[in-house]
Amino acid sequence: MKVQGNVFKYGDNVDTDVIIPARYLNSSDPAELATHCMEDIDKEFVNKVQKGDLIVANKNFGCGSSREHAPIAIKACGVSCVIAETFARIFYRNAINIGLPIIECPEAAKDIEAGDEVEVDFDTGIIYDHTKGTQYQGQAFPEFMQKIIRAEGLINYINSQQ
Amino acid sequence: MGMTMTQKILAAAAGLEKVEAGQLIEAKLDLVLGNDITSPVAIHEMDKFKQQEVFDKDKIALVMDHFIPNKDIKSAEHCKCVREFACRHEITNYFDVGEMGIEHALLPEKGLTVAGDVIIGADSHTCTYGALGAFSTGVGSTDMAAGMVTGKAWFKVPSAIKVNLIGKPSKWVSGKDVILHIIGRIGVDGALYQSLEFTGEGVANLTMDDRFTIANMAIEAGGKNGIFPVDDKTIEYMEEHSKRPYKIFEADPDAVYEREITVDLGQLRPTIAFPHLPENTKTIDEITKEVKVDQAVIGSCTNGRIQDLREAAEILKGRKVKKGLRCIVIPATQAVYLQALEEGLLKIFIEAGAVVSTPTCGPCLGGYMGILAEGERCISTTNRNFVGRMGHVKSEVYLASPAVAAASAVTGKISAPEELGL
Repeated sequence: MKVQGNVFKYGDNVDTDVIIPARYLNSSDPAELATHCMEDIDKEFVNKVQKGDLIVANKNFGCGSSREHAPIAIKACGVSCVIAETFARIFYRNAINIGLPIIECPEAAKDIEAGDEVEVDFDTGIIYDHTKGTQYQGQAFPEFMQKIIRAEGLINYINSQQ
Repeated sequence: MGMTMTQKILAAAAGLEKVEAGQLIEAKLDLVLGNDITSPVAIHEMDKFKQQEVFDKDKIALVMDHFIPNKDIKSAEHCKCVREFACRHEITNYFDVGEMGIEHALLPEKGLTVAGDVIIGADSHTCTYGALGAFSTGVGSTDMAAGMVTGKAWFKVPSAIKVNLIGKPSKWVSGKDVILHIIGRIGVDGALYQSLEFTGEGVANLTMDDRFTIANMAIEAGGKNGIFPVDDKTIEYMEEHSKRPYKIFEADPDAVYEREITVDLGQLRPTIAFPHLPENTKTIDEITKEVKVDQAVIGSCTNGRIQDLREAAEILKGRKVKKGLRCIVIPATQAVYLQALEEGLLKIFIEAGAVVSTPTCGPCLGGYMGILAEGERCISTTNRNFVGRMGHVKSEVYLASPAVAAASAVTGKISAPEELGL
């Protein structure tokens, strides 16, 4: 599977409160959550993001609350992949469990800039920055997680095991 | 090569002789927890399962605590969804208005969490129960749904940081100062994917409420869990609150740790985390410029227990909250509320000019009951000070102990109790 799009770039410790502020957690509707995604860090994000676009950030992306509303909001915005140096562990789990593709790659996270046209090949873990003409090897998932991702989420995976 | 305390609990729950860091395992769960924000998403996910019955109605806890009593229509719909689910599946441990408390204060108090348990909760501060020698960690709603159906969860076995506690904390230094000090030293991702395993002779000098506060904020260092060894105080607490059998696990003498840090409790000073990360810590002595505050919040899953309220009351007794400052006190559970009432603490708070609320997570996450306006500052005993956490994007949260929050409520600026001659 491959995805391609433009990059929105953020820094260290992007927390779940800025991804989806708690004042909107009285809703669990993905489409409604999507309208407030990244609101407290980048007001323009929801107006500019196009289907297929990527988020690239530095370390500890998704830190803070366990709210699954955070990866749900990102996915519902049409974001095809999040690349970061590291992810906070609950966000990492949640993203895999709901089928939002994520990749850890410190080099890509450091080099790629906002607006770059980036392509990710999930089969090989290779990240291409077409704007810069560079490529990076992202970290491959352990086989167990690949099975969850291939099943498009934890629940489908568990259903397939029963 | 030996195992850490966390690894031994996980090995037992996975039915394995031995596990090592990085290994993927499937473990049996003793408790699956959700609240009024995360449970509706999990309940919706459950509809996608082939099998939709819960694995054990006694091993699921649903606590309505974030936006209740309902702050608006949408929150009311969420609670209604959970209430109906709890009724349909005859969930034993469903806690609503009148019985509820802030989940991580409530469950140990109700005896639902004991040493040796494996617990997941769709709330990041689920790591609190490590104070009792349990493995407990925060997950999302899909994991919660899977846990409710299968009674199991997958885990990557964590490596650990050994936190060696020595010495005895001085007056007005409590669990909050210990954990803020540690987060300040290792950073908000210092324990990413790892356990924080507390050990050493200093553990005996920490009360159970101190330990709950410390384990509660392991997540703010990125930790998967925080865990304390079981001692006489733990056993006394469990025997007072729970009828469930507990199991004591100890780290092997040759357990392998990623690294070790030592904290001399006797050297700690009241510590405050400045905006907008819990790692931006300063001791009270390092604050050179006056920081005026508009609000003080004393409560939350981190610091809403009886010891916290006693500390705050000791400071507020016979004093007045600074004119123009709002001081909001939130007992974490109904039992804490009642205890505070019987001990006369609520009278002290009210006479000081503070307001006392029913248990709720409300202001901690900027839900309701103490939202900040643009440019306002709050000294808070809660656990996060991210951008916009308690309200306006341009408001600020300073994290501190109940003692510092209470003293600051009197002076109107960030202060230690010493400033009041205490």
